[in-house]
Amino acid sequence: MLLSDKDRIFTNLYGHHDWRLKGARARGDWDGTKAILAMGHDWIVDQVKASGLRGRGGAGFPTGLKWSFMPKAVGERPHYLVVNADEGEPGTCKDRDMMRNDPHKLIEGCLIAGFAMRAHVAYIYVRGEFYREAERLDAAIAEAEEAGLLGDDACGSGWPFRVYVHKGAGAYICGEETALIQSLEGKKGQPRLKPPFPAGVGLYGCPTTVNNVESIAVVPTVLRRGASWFSGIGRENNTGTKVFCISGHVNKPCNVEEAMSIPLRTLIEKHAGGVRGGWDNLLAVIPGGASVPLLPKDICDDVLMDFDALKEAKSGLGTAAVMVMDKSADVVASIARLSQFYMHESCGQCTPCREGAGWMSRVMDRMVTGDANPEEIDILEQVTRQVEGHTICALGDAAAWPIQGLIRHFRPELERRIAARRGQSGKGAAAAAE
Amino acid sequence: MPKLTIDGIEVEAEPGMTILQAADQVGIEIPRFCYHERLSIAGNCRMCLVEVKPGPPKPAASCALPVAEGMQVWTQSDLAVKARKGVMEFLLINHPLDCPICDQGGECDLQDQAMAFGGDRSRFHEHKRAVTEKHLGPLVKTAMTRCIHCTRCVRFITEIAGIQELGMIGRGEDAEITSYVEMALTSELSGNIVDLCPVGALTSAPYAFHARPWELRKVESIDVFDAVGSAIRVDVRGNAVMRVLPRLNEDINEEWLADKSRHAIDGLRYQRLDRPYVREDGKLRPASWEEALRTVAGRLLATDADKVAALAGDMADAEAMMLLKDLMGVIGSPHMDCRQDGAALDPTDRASYLFNPTIPGIEDADALLIVGSDPRWEAPILNARIRKRYLMGNFPIATIGPRTDLTYPVEDLGNNPEVLDDLARGRHPFWRILDDAERPLILVGMGALSRPDGREVMASARRLAERVGAMREDWNGLGVLHTAAGRVGGLEVGFVPGHGGRDTAGILEGAERGDLQVVYLMGADEIDTARLGEAFVIYQGHHGDAGANRADVILPGAAYTEKHATYVNTEGRMQRTWLAVHPPGEAREDWKIVRALSSAMGKPLSQNTLDDVRARLADVSPTFADANEGAVIPAAPTRGGSGGGAGRLDRTPFTSPVGNYYRTDPISRASRTMAECTDVYINRTGSGDSKRTGTDG
Repeated sequence: MLLSDKDRIFTNLYGHHDWRLKGARARGDWDGTKAILAMGHDWIVDQVKASGLRGRGGAGFPTGLKWSFMPKAVGERPHYLVVNADEGEPGTCKDRDMMRNDPHKLIEGCLIAGFAMRAHVAYIYVRGEFYREAERLDAAIAEAEEAGLLGDDACGSGWPFRVYVHKGAGAYICGEETALIQSLEGKKGQPRLKPPFPAGVGLYGCPTTVNNVESIAVVPTVLRRGASWFSGIGRENNTGTKVFCISGHVNKPCNVEEAMSIPLRTLIEKHAGGVRGGWDNLLAVIPGGASVPLLPKDICDDVLMDFDALKEAKSGLGTAAVMVMDKSADVVASIARLSQFYMHESCGQCTPCREGAGWMSRVMDRMVTGDANPEEIDILEQVTRQVEGHTICALGDAAAWPIQGLIRHFRPELERRIAARRGQSGKGAAAAAE
Repeated sequence: MPKLTIDGIEVEAEPGMTILQAADQVGIEIPRFCYHERLSIAGNCRMCLVEVKPGPPKPAASCALPVAEGMQVWTQSDLAVKARKGVMEFLLINHPLDCPICDQGGECDLQDQAMAFGGDRSRFHEHKRAVTEKHLGPLVKTAMTRCIHCTRCVRFITEIAGIQELGMIGRGEDAEITSYVEMALTSELSGNIVDLCPVGALTSAPYAFHARPWELRKVESIDVFDAVGSAIRVDVRGNAVMRVLPRLNEDINEEWLADKSRHAIDGLRYQRLDRPYVREDGKLRPASWEEALRTVAGRLLATDADKVAALAGDMADAEAMMLLKDLMGVIGSPHMDCRQDGAALDPTDRASYLFNPTIPGIEDADALLIVGSDPRWEAPILNARIRKRYLMGNFPIATIGPRTDLTYPVEDLGNNPEVLDDLARGRHPFWRILDDAERPLILVGMGALSRPDGREVMASARRLAERVGAMREDWNGLGVLHTAAGRVGGLEVGFVPGHGGRDTAGILEGAERGDLQVVYLMGADEIDTARLGEAFVIYQGHHGDAGANRADVILPGAAYTEKHATYVNTEGRMQRTWLAVHPPGEAREDWKIVRALSSAMGKPLSQNTLDDVRARLADVSPTFADANEGAVIPAAPTRGGSGGGAGRLDRTPFTSPVGNYYRTDPISRASRTMAECTDVYINRTGSGDSKRTGTDG
């Protein structure tokens, strides 16, 4: 049931081995890259499609399909591959370990993916706080160029290819693909309107594909071992391996690569040493990073960790950052803290998110102490609906969903706090709300 | 042509159109704040959300979504209406709702749309946001707490005005529109952001708290502060001009207006000549019309015709110049000129003094050479059109002139007239670019023509234009950019020296030497009045400026807002102002004054009504025919005509006649707003802070 070691892609996720080119080659990276490239652009795209790989950055869009949106021939405008390494989703720390300990997987992936979409340049947009990781990427790129793996004749394929590292400046919104492109161009990181999509008009107005680090880093292994190997792991439409980041009230927080569709309970108990105080001490889990709605214990008991199962449970796989809360956690305060985060990180461009994030956060702050009217729970819910789906990018959705999850599963707790507060002050909390 | 349905109505739209534009086409109004058809699409207000199929199950921003074949759009479905209601609620939660003390009240998009789409009560119980005011210069007043972050102002200043001085800083609900470094916007088009602002965040500073829109009478007219002739709307309360706004005219100003045209109007209230004056013992004293006219008539009758001259100023209207010219004919004097700056303009060759490519034609040009002109200050609206053309791409621009920061990049060929000569002889690299261009445009400014070698400069420019193929039947790319609103009208009227007559230089010289004994100044203030010598000076005009100061008799005339008058712009486009208010005191419309003078002289002109005068104008030039109002009658290019150019080009660098954009004429010199602008932008003395008080926060 559990993923066996031989099926792990990130064999140096914990940094026990040498991250440099020599060590990477010993682990199988850069093996037969030339032969893979020789199979041609479309073959690679088809293989990635066949593998069922879905984007690992949160939205889960099929990666091969995304690549196929790029123009089939290079016109006047060059094509670009952009790797989103602005890992900002709270709770998520997988890309960081990959870049730190397995940089060559990402760089080889850049070459193959870039070649597949007929790009000669890849930019890796690294979160500014990942300073050491960016240094390591630069060192690994230098090694690869030295070894002729990148450069005018990458891997002897005749395809010129270069990779550049760009450090971000610490805005969550710059992890949104179009805001990332803006930031990469030197502009203020604000999402662009879609359409046009980046595959048509992206970086510097040229066809561009933006992929998550993990989506790119798994590609060389997928092609070496075959699409059917990858698609054989996990469930239909939710295939392959996935690096989960387990944090919060578990005994051993960790990053671990596991098979897609592993039960949440198995994941936590086998790899993270179980919930602090035992499974029955579990209150709730945020299964996919700060943006997705939380799940109460009864759903966590048997939910599978993949895109479709979590969607069915009205949550999402997101970045697979599993945040565990045991019964000691103040779930309302936790979500209120996330609301503050989104208020702080909203770019301010479009109305619902700019105004709604602050509104929601302020009401959430009052919900923590119960300084509210019972009707305000419904108003808050309606406000999240007014934000959701009405914004330029998905940050508005991300700000709305955690609150929706809280109200869906913990409404009695909100009501209890309001009632308690009213009893305490002896009058309606409306006064506080005025 | 994709076909789609909007609210069940079949619409055939042009490819690339957005849903909102397609809906506008069939009269379905989708509310919007950030969308503006002349600015780039921002899609940030989210007010224009509609339901679209096929597509994701959420509303789409119709201002940004291109139409597609078979698309179904609903603007009034539950989903769309709910989405808009939500957006409206969000816009209002942090809006101060201080409409009673807001100057935008009554013409506020937010007010109107809140009535149509908003809820009737607030569910927002938190504190509202407050934002500090920004200093954007003496013309734009801010109340940034009201801002809804639509970024129209940012996009206008960046895209159309072409300066990188306004933007949004900060994130989320702390985002603020600001000029980054709290400096006044250095644009001559800054007033337009007041019109663009859909709420009361940016309002007109000089107009602050002066009037409410529903109190105003609106009169459509024409601007005369430059030779472009922008379409304006004069808003009037009682007999006072309260404000001037741009009016749509795609051929001239689109919907923009330059700052001087908009804000110099307070000058109409100061320094006015509201009654006739007669000089007695060296001092001007008030007089009656009868006395003033009698004095003038007596002088004119007593003086030898050859010793009488007339000069028309930059704001003189065609009617008045027509009658004055006829009166001079009655007197028998050929000494008159409407070119008070001495510009070398040949009145006999119409194509040689018009901006032949026309203003919309700038968009068709594919290379531009600017000679001796600073279009940014001489005609900001035309400069904006050049920038618009530049933004369309593939438009090399070079300049031989005083200024290079024209809001678009130019190749500076050096401010030396000899470069023009090199170009005309094909000895300069830029010649190749002009020669290769399909429709090259050569813009010649007054800085090039109003100098002693103006004829030679013009001849050089013509030679260049002919050599690069800019003077064809289908494209006449030689354009003269005038700075005076009345100039082309004067040339068309023929207010120029008759046979053996003196031009401006000759008149001044004659007066100085005593050869001329009477000089009639029709609003001519931009001359060196000290050179009028001992001559008897009659000044007809509306402001106590240089001319009135020197005058022996003052005949008070009307400003452009106070008369029905005809002007011809730099393209040769005849347009008419409309009387919005009556001239102050005893001042009269200018043609009537000349007509009355002719009666006082006992030689009455035959025109008794405005229609008579206009019929006379139409006799002189078809430009003035009623049917041609607003139209350009193209002038046939004359090859090799009006050569001149025998002399040598002077090496002196060109200078623009507009040394200070904010004070170019009697009205703007009397304007306090323009004085403040001069302080801020020209002298750099006032930071605009001087008038701040302790309550400015």
